[in-house]
Amino acid sequence: MTEYVVRFLVGGIVVSAFATLGDILSPKSFAGLFGAAPSVALATLGITVYRHGADYAAQQSWAMTAGAIALAVYSVFVCQLLIRTRLRAAPASLLSLVVWLIVAFGLLTLVGGQT
Amino acid sequence: MSPIRFSPSSLKAGRWYEYPVRFALGGAATVFTGLISSRYGASVGGLFLALPAIFCASATLIEKHEIRRKREAGFDGRRRGEEAAALDAAGAALGALGMLAFAMVFSVVVTRSAAGAFIGASLAWLLVSVAAWCVRRKSRSVHRRQIPDKISGHVVSRGR
Repeated sequence: MTEYVVRFLVGGIVVSAFATLGDILSPKSFAGLFGAAPSVALATLGITVYRHGADYAAQQSWAMTAGAIALAVYSVFVCQLLIRTRLRAAPASLLSLVVWLIVAFGLLTLVGGQT
Repeated sequence: MSPIRFSPSSLKAGRWYEYPVRFALGGAATVFTGLISSRYGASVGGLFLALPAIFCASATLIEKHEIRRKREAGFDGRRRGEEAAALDAAGAALGALGMLAFAMVFSVVVTRSAAGAFIGASLAWLLVSVAAWCVRRKSRSVHRRQIPDKISGHVVSRGR
């Protein structure tokens, strides 16, 4: 239970810090870099190294590469959806999560991810 | 002059409740990733380190801020809000390349040095993200300046 409280606090602080940095930077396309900052990864991997060791963290971060490629595809998809349709940001970004899931799990399956 | 600017006044565009919401979302995403890892293992958990949960919230906030600003100036602002969110998404696509570099460096270095992995991976993220953004910006400005004039066959220059 304590681990999850620590996760919540550390995750909240790191994500808020990156989001605030994104707020005060311009132009918007540059600030968008911080929308894909590894904030959750920094918080999670720190706790993972401490709790489960370096090998487990290495396996987790290797799988993260598939998630990052899926994030790039997802971001381009959201961008196109917002430009070409009249969808608002919330539905466009939430609907596109399906694209992220398909690409991420597809890549993980292709490289034979181990659990 | 650097095209990247700090504008702390942008913080005034937000409402006070947006900050605790972000904090809660970040905390929840981190707890969620931990739960996925413990239930389904390191590989599936690792995927969720790149889940765009925070992006959904930030794009929505950017759109809201832009619409509010335009409405205060007497315009509808809806289309402008969507465009601002689309620009944020374009930036996030480049940031994802940085995240890919982060993950690769971290997975290679962490078994040798945990501190080195965090420092090296963070630097890799920053370098790759900023480099990708600079390359994209440069290629777009070159593309804008060289619009072939279909009538005369000359290349015309267009101001920025």
